[in-house]
Amino acid sequence: MTTETGADSEARQNKETEKGKAKAAEPTSPQNQTEQLPAAAGHSTPARKEQEQQEEEDQASHRSSTSRLSRSPLRGVKKVKIMQCKVTLLDGSDFTLNVEKRARGQVLLDKICEHLNLLERDYFGITHRDVENQKNWLDPSKELKKQIRTGPWNFAFNVKFYPPDPSQLSEDITRYYLCLQLRDDVVSGRLPCSFATHTVLGSYTAQSELGDYDPEELGSDYISELRFAPNQTKELEEKVMELHKTYKGMTPAEAEMHFLENAKKLSMYGVDLHHAKDSEGVEIMLGVCASGLLIYRDRLRINRFAWPKILKISYKRNNFYIKIRPGEFEQFESTIGFKLPNHRAAKRLWKVCVEHHTFFRLVSPEAPPKKFLSLGSKFRYSGRTQAQTRRASSQIIRPAPLFERTSSKRYNMSRSLDGAPIMENHETLMKDSTADGTAKVITKGDIITTVTTEKKAEEEKAEREDAQMDAAETPEPAVTTPLRHDTKSEADEDSEMPTQDNSPPEEMVKHQTNISELKRSFLETGSSAPGLTEWEKRLTSSPVRSPRLDEAPMIEPLDTEGEQAAGQEPKEEQETKVTEAAGYLVKYVLDSLVTDLGTSSGPHGISLSTTMDDDVFMDGTLREVEEKTPDSQEEVSERSMGKVSPGAVRQEVSQAISDKKGTLIILKEAEERDDAEGMETSAEGEKEETVVQEEVNIEENGTSKEEEDTSDVKEATAVKTSNLKIEIKTDDVTQIKGIDSPKKAMASWISEEVKTETSKIISATAEELKEMKTSLQKPEMFTFQEVQMEQSMTSLNHVTVSESSTTSLAVSTLGWVSSSQKTSPEPEEEVVVAKETEAAPADSTGPTSLDAGDAATKEMPVVHTETKTITYESAEVDTNGDVDPGVLLSAQTITSETTSTTTTTHITKTVKGGISETRIEKRIVITGDADIDHDEALAQAIKEAKEQHPDMSVTKVVVHKETEITPEEGED
Amino acid sequence: MANICQYGSFTHAVVRSIPETFGGKAESGDGHENGDVSVDLAKAQRQFGCLTGALRQKVGLQLIEIPPDPELPESWRIEDVAVIQGDTALITRPYKHQRRSEVEAVRRVMSELNVTVVEMGAADGDSGGATLEGSDVLFTGREFFVGLSSHTNRRGAEVLADTFKDFAVSTVPVCGGARLKNICSMGGPDTIIINNSDGAKKTLRMMEQLTDHHYEVLTVPDESAANCVYIRGPSSRDFLLHRPAEECPDSVSAFQKLQDYTLLPTACSEASKLGASLSSLCLLINRKHTYF
Repeated sequence: MTTETGADSEARQNKETEKGKAKAAEPTSPQNQTEQLPAAAGHSTPARKEQEQQEEEDQASHRSSTSRLSRSPLRGVKKVKIMQCKVTLLDGSDFTLNVEKRARGQVLLDKICEHLNLLERDYFGITHRDVENQKNWLDPSKELKKQIRTGPWNFAFNVKFYPPDPSQLSEDITRYYLCLQLRDDVVSGRLPCSFATHTVLGSYTAQSELGDYDPEELGSDYISELRFAPNQTKELEEKVMELHKTYKGMTPAEAEMHFLENAKKLSMYGVDLHHAKDSEGVEIMLGVCASGLLIYRDRLRINRFAWPKILKISYKRNNFYIKIRPGEFEQFESTIGFKLPNHRAAKRLWKVCVEHHTFFRLVSPEAPPKKFLSLGSKFRYSGRTQAQTRRASSQIIRPAPLFERTSSKRYNMSRSLDGAPIMENHETLMKDSTADGTAKVITKGDIITTVTTEKKAEEEKAEREDAQMDAAETPEPAVTTPLRHDTKSEADEDSEMPTQDNSPPEEMVKHQTNISELKRSFLETGSSAPGLTEWEKRLTSSPVRSPRLDEAPMIEPLDTEGEQAAGQEPKEEQETKVTEAAGYLVKYVLDSLVTDLGTSSGPHGISLSTTMDDDVFMDGTLREVEEKTPDSQEEVSERSMGKVSPGAVRQEVSQAISDKKGTLIILKEAEERDDAEGMETSAEGEKEETVVQEEVNIEENGTSKEEEDTSDVKEATAVKTSNLKIEIKTDDVTQIKGIDSPKKAMASWISEEVKTETSKIISATAEELKEMKTSLQKPEMFTFQEVQMEQSMTSLNHVTVSESSTTSLAVSTLGWVSSSQKTSPEPEEEVVVAKETEAAPADSTGPTSLDAGDAATKEMPVVHTETKTITYESAEVDTNGDVDPGVLLSAQTITSETTSTTTTTHITKTVKGGISETRIEKRIVITGDADIDHDEALAQAIKEAKEQHPDMSVTKVVVHKETEITPEEGED
Repeated sequence: MANICQYGSFTHAVVRSIPETFGGKAESGDGHENGDVSVDLAKAQRQFGCLTGALRQKVGLQLIEIPPDPELPESWRIEDVAVIQGDTALITRPYKHQRRSEVEAVRRVMSELNVTVVEMGAADGDSGGATLEGSDVLFTGREFFVGLSSHTNRRGAEVLADTFKDFAVSTVPVCGGARLKNICSMGGPDTIIINNSDGAKKTLRMMEQLTDHHYEVLTVPDESAANCVYIRGPSSRDFLLHRPAEECPDSVSAFQKLQDYTLLPTACSEASKLGASLSSLCLLINRKHTYF
């Protein structure tokens, strides 16, 4: 690959690496803009404030209507599709903003939080109402467009995790938004409370919003303007007023604190209710909360399962299951099933449970060894846990931000109690920040306009590809693409509308940039990676925080103390690090494969559910697969490929993959099905995903999997591209199964039942590695395989080269193990482990993918890609495979990323027989088109890694590379 | 808000005197047929007097005594007819028809005390056979447990839950014809006193499963000892009315584990013969705050 330099390539890279990452989306292309943005923004903030206030006066804010388009000359050019999003904020106002159509949920969330000046973001989320008018939480790691099937892009910003003790929040502003949420909860009746509580909460609301009681200023019926209760009576208002009078001198922040102190005691505080029926068909409600799962019948709590009591949660079709740890006097664990109204509801509940469990129950990335994962889905909570977010927020060092309590105009006046009026403050801050004077005002929407021509071409192509993907959804894919492109498919239309009209108001943008500037000035730490915001920089120190969510340290949804047995299949245990929140399909499989090798059974393994539930799943999902021979699979894939997308961009594809599979993947041992350690992954596809997505997932797919069970190895992975996509019409299931080696890896996605349309399914199968010493299972790619051998790294001893060719993934992985940093006399043995485990990368990927870089517009049904995997191990390493995993002392995962690379570092410390060993496994994913010199990037990565850990030795490097072979290769 | 106050803080106690018909015909159920039990009216009245005396003089509550009604032989079990929390009193619907008119006097008193009265019986059609008696309701300060017993059904518990929306209301099974408060009671803000019968253990397990909170559990060997009355008196003194040593010889030592409590042994043998206990005889109210 050639290296392209200059803004163009940067822009492209930026774009590609955007995935879910907050910052990426905003300062998109020309990087230098990033710096300039904030300053410019500052000036107009006050104006915007005023504007907002006015808008709020009439309760209906029309910010979108006030948006002015700043048309830059380039504006007219087509580029990335921009979607206009309308987000209902907690104060009831609407915030309109534009995001790229392919942006991930995290982008939107981050933009909103920027807008709100909110740093403690992990408690919040975005909801979107589906066609059934059910609220669904957006998955930050997934593309928005995959999560929104139809209708306008309307969202709501909400509290997702209600902190049990709001006083532990770091900032008043966070508490303020929590208050807003709770007020809405109360008024809407979601949070029932007594009259007395309505009174108390209302009075604090009044104090917070209106300041001190002042009959002259407030008038006599001021209180009627506020909503306190679902059925607000005069009596209530009077009592509220009585109490309000007694709060003289209480600051808004104090009032909110009191509000929260009362609200948090309410029994339904933070309980997310879901309708269900028990096994006898009795209507009940399942409430998910910080402490566990509550079962209500009518208003009565009839049962409760604290998280520690729950061994496993799963769902199948419209059933939701929890497996309960046996009680003191019970011998066996029991599984309790509930019927949800439909499949989507079951999935929704399951996801919420996974997230709540992770957020509240898992306190630290150093997961207790016994955690196991009984869930098979690949869906995991990808954010930080409460413990982590607390830690992160404890580092917030900015002065308490000034903010308006929006619904009250009077508030500002009384606000002066606290100090300078808001406007003033903003100004001073802005002055500071704008010192350089070079600021340009750039709206987010406009960023896109600055794209260079190349980028445009690329974007155009992307659009086209989108269209193609859309086409792919329809039964007859091949035909559509060209036509669509010309005529502008729906996708195009989508993009057009927003692109041109919907740039956010300048003021708003300025405000946002101002915020970021504030952050920058206050939070500067300086040492972190360039691409990150200050906030993110700080966050990166916490293991979990990866905008991309590549690492999901807390993937162990369920805590099984002492219960690996429950998993019953040790082999399936997985490492936490392995799973990626976002798009791990392939990776997942791989990981699990690795674990199968037997090394992984160690302490921190997570067992994916192999139990009953899974079986059930399998029934549903696997039936097709079973019939298929490898050959047939290939056929299938080809067929599907043909359908799918002639011109799909690989990136899109890969993303599509991740989306598709949706949430549920179950890894299962093959033995269940037949022999050996085949693993089966079934993922459930979401209905919607017909569209292909971009870049983001590439890595995930591409990452080679050599993770040792204990995740000791650092890997560097460079992925060029990957994708894999298969569309299958069968409504429920698609599967692909690789059956070469004794061990099999399967990934299957199930499309939701609800969906009648054909769902695309991506199946990633494990690729087979041919040259592995230790027999490993390899995921098999059903795609075309061209095997090529390749070598590179000189410095390392070359141990194994395995290769599988597939379409479109280039992943290079560098993994090394440093053994026993501290005391271990016998490092080598440990190393050995690594080797064994390294199951060759499974590249899974798909059939149809086009290189995004390819401007070439073609709709070639299939893109060939080649995948190469090379493993280097240091000589010392070779040896035994069955090393005692030892006792896991700690595990830590750190993710950082720059524009084109994502580095995930997983550090585990284990003790084996008195020897402590530190293993660092680093996975570097280098993403990019031909314009990146991957070899160089990889070399650099290795070098850096060495430098970072001079005292450690590199024991293994696995390079997994996927390249597309496309006719139009000449693009750059 | 109700739980701003320390749990157990009360200002008033409402009691209803022992009528001459004490132990009369109406008394039945609970396996305590009066045919099998002979009660001593005078002794019962004496014990009642001791109880009220303790509440008034030792604990320092204002005592409101509703005169007895011979027509209502069980009216002294005043706990059953109302559940009071904060400024709200739920007037219950006792299981036995003949007891339902007991509520009237209590309702009046509640109104006089400015307590918000919620009627369970009001919506008779609506509450579809809801029955609830206060002796099946354990309020811990954080939540309600309602024992589903021979006298209290789920509908009744639902009404309770609708009335006290701030709190979780959990239903627990009560075995053996007992009432929830027969087997357990609160011994402090976070302390549950429970007897060690098998049924009680079962109920306790369920309570532990259902709660978000952690309670200390004080187990007493005598079945009847588990019913106590905890009151946090003025100047934050903890009072515990409990059955005296002569009635529960093995349990007194358990109570002495409660640090810094003022223990008030209070006899209740006669009422106990009818399936009642200390807590049955009084309703406790906190009128100190209007709102919270």
